[in-house]
Amino acid sequence: RVLELTGCAASMVASSRSYADFTPEATFDIKKVDLHRLEEGPPLTATLTREEGLKYYRTMQTIRRMELKADQLYKQKIIRGFCHLYDGQEACAVGIEGGITLSDHLITAYRAHGYTLTRGGTVREIMAELTGRRGGIAKGKGGSMHMYTKNFYGGNGIVGAQVPLGAGVALACKYLGNDQLCVSLYGDGAANQGQIFETYNMSSLWKLPIIFICENNQYGMGTSVERSSASTEYYKRGDYIPGLRVDGMDVLCVREATKFAADHCRSGKGPILMELQTYRYHGHSMSDPGVSYRTREEIQEVRSKSDPISMLKDRMLSNNMASIEELKEIDIAVRKEIEDAAQFATTDPEPPLDDLCSHIFANDQPFEVRGATPWTKLTSTS
Amino acid sequence: KVQVWILSECVSLFQVNVRDALNQAMDEELERDERVFLLGEEVAQYDGAYKVSRGLWKKYGDKRIIDTPITEMGFAGIAVGAAFAGLRPICEFMTWNFSMQAIDQVINSAAKTYYMSAGAQPVPIVFRGPNGSSAGVAAQHSQCFAAWYGHCPGLKVVSPWNSEDARGLLKAAIRDDNPVVFLENELMYGVPFDLSEDVLQKDFVVPIGKAKVERRGTHITLVSHSRCVGFCLDAASVLAKEGVECEVVNLRTIRPLDVDTIEASVMKTGHLVTVEGGWPQYGVGAEICARVMEGPAFNYLDAPAVRVTGVDIPMPYAKILEDHSVPQIKDIIFSVKKVLNM
Repeated sequence: RVLELTGCAASMVASSRSYADFTPEATFDIKKVDLHRLEEGPPLTATLTREEGLKYYRTMQTIRRMELKADQLYKQKIIRGFCHLYDGQEACAVGIEGGITLSDHLITAYRAHGYTLTRGGTVREIMAELTGRRGGIAKGKGGSMHMYTKNFYGGNGIVGAQVPLGAGVALACKYLGNDQLCVSLYGDGAANQGQIFETYNMSSLWKLPIIFICENNQYGMGTSVERSSASTEYYKRGDYIPGLRVDGMDVLCVREATKFAADHCRSGKGPILMELQTYRYHGHSMSDPGVSYRTREEIQEVRSKSDPISMLKDRMLSNNMASIEELKEIDIAVRKEIEDAAQFATTDPEPPLDDLCSHIFANDQPFEVRGATPWTKLTSTS
Repeated sequence: KVQVWILSECVSLFQVNVRDALNQAMDEELERDERVFLLGEEVAQYDGAYKVSRGLWKKYGDKRIIDTPITEMGFAGIAVGAAFAGLRPICEFMTWNFSMQAIDQVINSAAKTYYMSAGAQPVPIVFRGPNGSSAGVAAQHSQCFAAWYGHCPGLKVVSPWNSEDARGLLKAAIRDDNPVVFLENELMYGVPFDLSEDVLQKDFVVPIGKAKVERRGTHITLVSHSRCVGFCLDAASVLAKEGVECEVVNLRTIRPLDVDTIEASVMKTGHLVTVEGGWPQYGVGAEICARVMEGPAFNYLDAPAVRVTGVDIPMPYAKILEDHSVPQIKDIIFSVKKVLNM
């Protein structure tokens, strides 16, 4: 009863403060970006509106809670196989989306749940894909690493393969003359892949509208950057490609850098490379506790000093752009959204067996597929 | 151009070699659909390493005929990404041996994506290039990849023999909304065949997944693909003089395999020999034999089905050794006689 009253009181307090009480917009200093082959970089300040702040807060919190729920479901064995969680890196996905539009294109590797959300997927269909149900975004056929939305090409399991794919999407943008670009992401672990250097070369030769983004979270699985890379200056690895090294824990930093990079691409200058310095709280995947190759102290330090959600929250509160109660309401709403999604993801039925062989070929007549025995004749439809 | 009388009708036949058939098919498809483009090493300004793309760059320019650096994994990935985003790329591998550098993009990025995305992301791409043995190019440049790619769901794999196959299957492949592995043969590029006006129509396609009976016969079925089809026909001519009538089936498509045509033929002749240039273990012939075992045609076999294949060794260089590494006409004749207990 007391909690009810308190809650009631809080919402009364919140609603009694009209929007006119809040600062509609504020400008923040952001960290200077390290530049490679660039005379000028993104601005040193970023302007944030109240609407943007609330949107970024809500989206980052949604990713955070969704990933933590996935952790729970994985430990309950309701999610199987690979599950690579994104908590800690939320500012990257949200900041990037803030610098481009949904008519631009994006491709990433397997730590993709956050991007599936920012690219238009819903928590429901993401979680139901993780639990392998028919309501999943890929109808249960793909799983954690293979989720797609419009202008979002996954979710890719093979380290580095997504980078040339992204350049291909960029080539299509240039070919079709639609002024769109493609953001092609990879991690510090993938950054040494040969095919990425092949892609740097062709993208530069052909001036493709591609933004290469290295999400450097310091560890490729259990291997620290110092142990994997002769040069850890990933923003310079594109050599002849201009580069930026950006604080990936600050959503505004990421956004401004992305806007800068997008302008570069759209002006026909060709590719540009951004390194986002970020951190993952979880291990590489759910089968990695994440503490054999790094200390708990290190993880805790990042959490307390650099958490992207806390950083945004502090900025908004200290500039009177939102109230604590308002943000709490968002938290509650997000929690509910995640709970509902988890409920759906655990109760939605698995895909029908009829679906086993479907989606082999597009726009084709149905055809027979050999089952496990010569007498098992299955059918594939498009 | 030649005019012949067939059943009191005058039919024009045009001599077109396989190279020109491929060239014309690409030219027509480039003209038909703006989204089609060609990329690969030397395809543009060099006119193609084997001149298959001769004249196309001059006609269509840099935007649609793209010379790539020697970076197969990268440009195959770029081609697949372009297909994701709605273009219709033709990705040339100078030979299919070099596709091994890029095979991950063909299998994991192209073949599997429509399935993994539950139908959200089609991949309308053609990978093409010469496959199998050539002449004197030794071990690293002579491998046949029909079995490797034919193994994978999500791919269509075709292997044309003559100019009609080449033209019709390439058009079909380019118009197909799915990844197609197009296995050409370098030694066939210069071989001329007569094509009728019908075949030269702009919308002529050979359906993927349908084999063609090139020669009707009653005593034994020879199933083959690519250049070996010609050897089978030559063997059949020799055998005909001894009263053995071979039915020669040109697979045209490796995957999906036209089991119905093979079974119908075996049920008629009761005997089967498969002929391929690739290695025997886990190969195309092995698959055909297994399928015949598992289906209704088995009961019609009067003898075990056997395979004629390339010799199970890396390809040697010296001519005498190379000649003995690939199936020869005498090997086919020998096998037919063995199976027929002659």
